[in-house]
Amino acid sequence: MKTPAIYGLLAEFEDPTSLVSAAERTHHAGFRNVDAYSPYPIEELHEALGSHHTRLPLIVLIGGLVGCLGGYALQYWVSVLAYPINVGGKPFHSWPAFIPVTFECTILGAALSAVLGMLALNGLPQPYHPVFNVPRFALASRNRFFLCIESKDPKFDLEATRQFLETLNPREVTTVAD
Amino acid sequence: MADPRQHLDDPNRAVVGAGRPPVIAPGHTFGTVTDKISSIVLSRKTPLGWWLGFLFAFFLANVLFVSIAYLLFKGTGIWGVNIPVGWGFAIVNFVWWIGIGHAGTLISAILLLLKQTWRTSINRFAEAMTLFAVACAGIFPLIHTGRPWLAAYWLFPYPNTMGVWPQFRSPLIWDVFAVSTYATVSALFWFVGLIPDLATLRDRSQSRAGRMIYGALAMGWRGSAQHWHRYETAYLLLAGIATPLVVSVHTVVSFDFAIAILPGWHTTIFPPYFVAGAIYSGFAMVLTLAIPIRAVYGLEDFITMRHLQNMAKVMLVTGLIVGYGYLTEAFVAWYSADKFEMYVPVNRFTGAYAPTYWALILCNIVIPQALWFRRVRNSVPWLFVIAIIVNIGMWLERFVIVVTSLHRDFLPSSWGNYLPTFWDWSTFIGTMGLFLSLLFLFLRFLPMISIAEMRAILPEARVSDE
Repeated sequence: MKTPAIYGLLAEFEDPTSLVSAAERTHHAGFRNVDAYSPYPIEELHEALGSHHTRLPLIVLIGGLVGCLGGYALQYWVSVLAYPINVGGKPFHSWPAFIPVTFECTILGAALSAVLGMLALNGLPQPYHPVFNVPRFALASRNRFFLCIESKDPKFDLEATRQFLETLNPREVTTVAD
Repeated sequence: MADPRQHLDDPNRAVVGAGRPPVIAPGHTFGTVTDKISSIVLSRKTPLGWWLGFLFAFFLANVLFVSIAYLLFKGTGIWGVNIPVGWGFAIVNFVWWIGIGHAGTLISAILLLLKQTWRTSINRFAEAMTLFAVACAGIFPLIHTGRPWLAAYWLFPYPNTMGVWPQFRSPLIWDVFAVSTYATVSALFWFVGLIPDLATLRDRSQSRAGRMIYGALAMGWRGSAQHWHRYETAYLLLAGIATPLVVSVHTVVSFDFAIAILPGWHTTIFPPYFVAGAIYSGFAMVLTLAIPIRAVYGLEDFITMRHLQNMAKVMLVTGLIVGYGYLTEAFVAWYSADKFEMYVPVNRFTGAYAPTYWALILCNIVIPQALWFRRVRNSVPWLFVIAIIVNIGMWLERFVIVVTSLHRDFLPSSWGNYLPTFWDWSTFIGTMGLFLSLLFLFLRFLPMISIAEMRAILPEARVSDE
């Protein structure tokens, strides 16, 4: 029998400042497969972990453009090609009348891509994640702050990393089963 | 870090504003905020008052279902509508409900972009109010067609066996797109805001069913820094998208009238005046709901006098814009020198429906001026009464716009009057029941205040500089 697989080491902190400084020091120490968990968004945390910008705005722009062009194309096709009807002598391609629907389709495309894009980039829905194996992790959605160094990090060594985490003054360091 | 006063200079985090009531009462921590809001949902005992309220609302909702069933059986003849007044309660109620919805989007999107921290404790249930109001609004345009399944082909562009497509030059089709987009985006915005709180409920629920249901809805949210970063980006982008959307929706609703050549409808002031009216009625509805909810659930710490005062001020401003709209309507009618246009205000002031017009002026313009006084803005009973009066006034406004314009058009030989029937009233009152039923279910099963956002505005949420 092999020893049970380990996902990483989880350190618990009591306030946001300790977590951000711990994240900074972990990043400086050269760990790269690190994630931090907090009950509300902390702007500084993302930078402390050295993460790059998200591609989400680009996805939303593309979604909006697709909605815009799709909405206009639908109206053009319906009004000019598929079902041309003379209404009060107005041209078949009466573009000013097509603007409201084009606008709404733009909004719809952008909003759908913002939500679905955010979920997809975050890998959600995700029914199982190893951090939930730690009972105290339930407090990550209440009032506690967690930092996890994952075992796939090249610098990860169970004993050395645990000792490193202990130097960050956590409340507790726990091993996370995979 | 421990001293909350050090944040006084920072308006986004200030717990105690200069001389104004706080956004959150002092002394709360991450834990107390989480426990207080989630315990309302997670407590096993359902309060007796909730049952009584829900059963009453559900009874009214059944009145709606019966009314719709009878309508589908008999046809729109059961209503008071006929030529020339082909649009009666259905369109009045549609515009009223959709207008109410607008405050939710305004609070959640525009106030977020303007960094108004006080929005945090009211945005969740204001957004829920939006969703339920839009659901009620959406019923009317569908059922006023009489047999909605026969109307689908000219409302939605789908390939049908007749080869017929919708008429995209018509504002009624714009309305279909505007309202359905609005409903979709409001639901997305609301759900995205709920994800972190659903995770909190999953982690705190004592029952297996609760953990499974909230867990499935939370989709495995774990509060990772990477996730929060994308989440914040998505939320901000949604707010930026929803802001022009909310303005466009009531603009398009006003186009339903303004694009027609009917005197009283054909006017360019309609889009801005409709949008202001929507926000006005929406804030009135938020106050109408917030005042009893905060009292019943003991949430005075989170929905403070600051919120009520600010909403009163928004009502005062938008009410004045609406008043300006009434003046402009009358002035332009006179200035046009067109006798059909000039007749519209005369008919509204003195005609068969004059009482509704003067009641609307009293409710929307005269009584809300009391909000100029600080003592009125500081008085919860006064605010509640004025909010209800504004709700009534805004409903009357739509009645006056729809009915008085239609009942006297160009040809005196085709003049007529409109009187609502029992089924008109039962459908309208029934939608209130549907709205309240949904609201009661929301209060019982979902956190009515955003827990994650409340944590973020606490003084202890700030990362102190090393």
